[in-house]
Amino acid sequence: MSEMNYDVAVIGGGVIGCCVARELSRYQLKVCLIERDEDVCSGTSKANSAIVHGGFDAEPGSLKARFNVEGNRMMGELAEELDFDFKRNGSYVLCFDQEDMPALQALYEKGLKNGVEGMSIVTGDEVRRAEPSVEDTVVAALYVPSGGIVCPFGLTIAMAENAADNGVDFQFLTEVQDIKRAENGYELTTGRGKITAGIVVNAAGVYADKFHNMVSGEKLHITARKGDYCLLDKEAGGLVSSTIFQLPGKMGKGVLVTPTVHGNLLTGPTAVDVEDKEQTSTDAKALESLMEKAGRGVKNIPFRQVITSFAGLRAHEDGDDFVVGEAKDAPGFFDAAGIESPGLSSAPAIGKWMAEQIAEKTGAKKKDSWNGKRRGIVRPELLDKEARAELIRQNPAYGTIICRCESVSEGEIVDAITRTLGAKSLDGIKRRVRQGMGRCQAGFCTPRTMEILSRELGIKMEEICKNAPGSEMLTGQK
Amino acid sequence: MRHDIVIIGGGPAGLAAAAAARKAGIQDILILERDSSLGGILNQCIHNGFGLHTFKEELTGPEYAARYIAMVEEEQIPYRLNTMVIDINEKKEVTIISRENGMETIQAGAVILAMGCRERPRGALNIPGYRPAGIYSAGTAQRLMNIEGYSVGKEVVILGSGDIGLIMARRMTLEGAKVKVVAELMPYSGGLKRNIVQCLDDYGIPLKLSHTVVNIEGRERVTGITLAQVGPDRKPIPGTEEHYSCDTLLLSVGLIPENELTREAGVKMNPVTSGPNVNDRLETSREGIFACGNVLHVHDLVDYVSEEATLAGTNAAAYVRRTQESGDSHTVSLRAENGIRYTVPQSMDTAHMNDQVVVRFRVADVYKDRYISVYFDGERVLHRKKRVLAPGEMEQVALKKADLSRYPELKEIVFCTEVE
Repeated sequence: MSEMNYDVAVIGGGVIGCCVARELSRYQLKVCLIERDEDVCSGTSKANSAIVHGGFDAEPGSLKARFNVEGNRMMGELAEELDFDFKRNGSYVLCFDQEDMPALQALYEKGLKNGVEGMSIVTGDEVRRAEPSVEDTVVAALYVPSGGIVCPFGLTIAMAENAADNGVDFQFLTEVQDIKRAENGYELTTGRGKITAGIVVNAAGVYADKFHNMVSGEKLHITARKGDYCLLDKEAGGLVSSTIFQLPGKMGKGVLVTPTVHGNLLTGPTAVDVEDKEQTSTDAKALESLMEKAGRGVKNIPFRQVITSFAGLRAHEDGDDFVVGEAKDAPGFFDAAGIESPGLSSAPAIGKWMAEQIAEKTGAKKKDSWNGKRRGIVRPELLDKEARAELIRQNPAYGTIICRCESVSEGEIVDAITRTLGAKSLDGIKRRVRQGMGRCQAGFCTPRTMEILSRELGIKMEEICKNAPGSEMLTGQK
Repeated sequence: MRHDIVIIGGGPAGLAAAAAARKAGIQDILILERDSSLGGILNQCIHNGFGLHTFKEELTGPEYAARYIAMVEEEQIPYRLNTMVIDINEKKEVTIISRENGMETIQAGAVILAMGCRERPRGALNIPGYRPAGIYSAGTAQRLMNIEGYSVGKEVVILGSGDIGLIMARRMTLEGAKVKVVAELMPYSGGLKRNIVQCLDDYGIPLKLSHTVVNIEGRERVTGITLAQVGPDRKPIPGTEEHYSCDTLLLSVGLIPENELTREAGVKMNPVTSGPNVNDRLETSREGIFACGNVLHVHDLVDYVSEEATLAGTNAAAYVRRTQESGDSHTVSLRAENGIRYTVPQSMDTAHMNDQVVVRFRVADVYKDRYISVYFDGERVLHRKKRVLAPGEMEQVALKKADLSRYPELKEIVFCTEVE
């Protein structure tokens, strides 16, 4: 890559960048997406609550409220179109004290103002009838039927693949170092050459302030807010079927307990502001407080069945709202900054709105050839016996199980590597097909998956990385 | 498709069970193995120390496996490689999947579960820190080194003193890596005494008991870890942290019997062993489904796996041929208490038992100069002094039919430790 010109350059391959790119791919625009890591979904988008919020929590009138409610409405159809995992499982906000009832009522009213549909306030007994594991101390709850759960990897990767299939260029392992105004837009200096673009979309997560401040006098300031999570075995996945939030009260903000779309149980996050925007390490105190807080709302969480814990960073902007739109003093520079919760839920709506704004500004017309459908990786486990047998007849690789815990076949892993924007690392495979995501956490399947990766990519075993370069799995041949 | 006996797993347990079932006269046996060769985990255990009890000589893992593979080959017992069982139901229908044949269902006359165990991962301990490359369970590292021929790290810290961790400390040292320390959460090692001597002491590798990893550093690859001492509550003691720079953390923090299929078959499980409950014939709560080896409970010596599997194979054969003694059974339950964590089997039929039944168990802590006692309905019938008892070493007591026949009304046998 020496010098490249685009109509639009999107910085960041997280869920926002990928949603914007996919929506932009509808138009007759030359678009690239620039990502620092080796794959999309490598930052904040990979480590969060995986929740599609109802939209009752954000301040009425805020961008968070608007995009959340709209994104929530879009999610069902998108999941069909792009073949990713999403389930509208409903959510409850638990109230532990009669004294806090006005706060619960206020939340309900906020939801109404935001346009959230179908909400109701239910009694403690009604919650427990629906969710028997909810604590006896709960006196009431806000029920939000539109709340959902989604696979954040699935959503982001599906958006990216569809964008790429519709002509968006993805530049991986490319870090933007500097942005300058140029004659017809901006010049981006990257670790792999210069890129010029008429329009820049800043979807750089916790680093969005850095890029914004390179071109704008109206400074942004983003704080990385770290959240630790515990993921539990699928055996514990049935403990609750809805997403269980706690109403902020005397005991603080609380944490959520939710099933994941794949049937695990997830609990978190804690919230600690960190200086270092790369600090995704979990810490013992946070994990301990997380378990204690989760236990306040849901009884008998089997924490001995934790299969992994992880931490993610939320990009919190000082103004406490999303910063979405064209920077006032930097024409053609579009921010999607400060995208913390409910960012995942809002992503499709932000993508759609931003692409429309850019199309309007550039006068770009829609493509005739655009295809919004994307076929996901076939999962033999979900097929009936006949269909699975037929699949193996057609492609015997589906008959070799590589990951026992999640029942992932060689055929799925090969598909993950060889499809559009295919996986290049072990984590990339994991996020596409769940290999290694089960209870043994890749103990058994790591060597086998490495062999497949080596064979399909034509690289040496020693070159195989867990994720980005520097994360090589082996230290050489014996 | 129908087979008299279907054996799930072609490791040491499955092989010995197959050989025994054939010896007991069953022609129609099928071994199902998911890997590309028979032998199971023994294939990567290239160290010696196997077979002292069974063959009265010291073999490596592959050599030990080869002896049983030879028996299976000689007897022409059919086996299928690269074949994964994905379901067993209550009717003993076994669903399998393979490249060559796709999906198939086998109706089994009897099933012998011999799937072995897997390693506990980092998550089970909830070790805080980053999640970089370079964190391996000891068995995964062992496979990459011994089967695939790669080196997994140069500077190593090992958490957990289970046998695989101890063996890997020596193995990595021999391959030129620097093993800086082996840390163990408990105040005692979970491995065999002989492995501590031969794998750590002989190479000057320190073993830090009552220590755990409290932080993992490194964003891409491990760059270091922090160890801390733990108190009696096994929680880290602030102020005792020590930093070690390393590129690799190996985990040898316990093994879990791999019983996903067992649960699907509706078999009653034991919360202590994480394996199925069995009677003295090693039959589970589902008639005709037997279990042996590490899927039943984690062993420390393969010799006992073979012995147990031989029993399972013989009994499965008797079940298929309906040569089990008939007549009223007399079920006695076996219970572990006071320092003994579990027994295998958990029940026995004293009316139809063999001349003797070997009961295997583990103790809960390290004990010095303690007694192992056995009570028949409150009457102490055995009181055996042991100089040292340790959780890492499996114990056994043989119950003799001749002794039990004197207790026709017996309901419960209790195994416990006693100070005097």
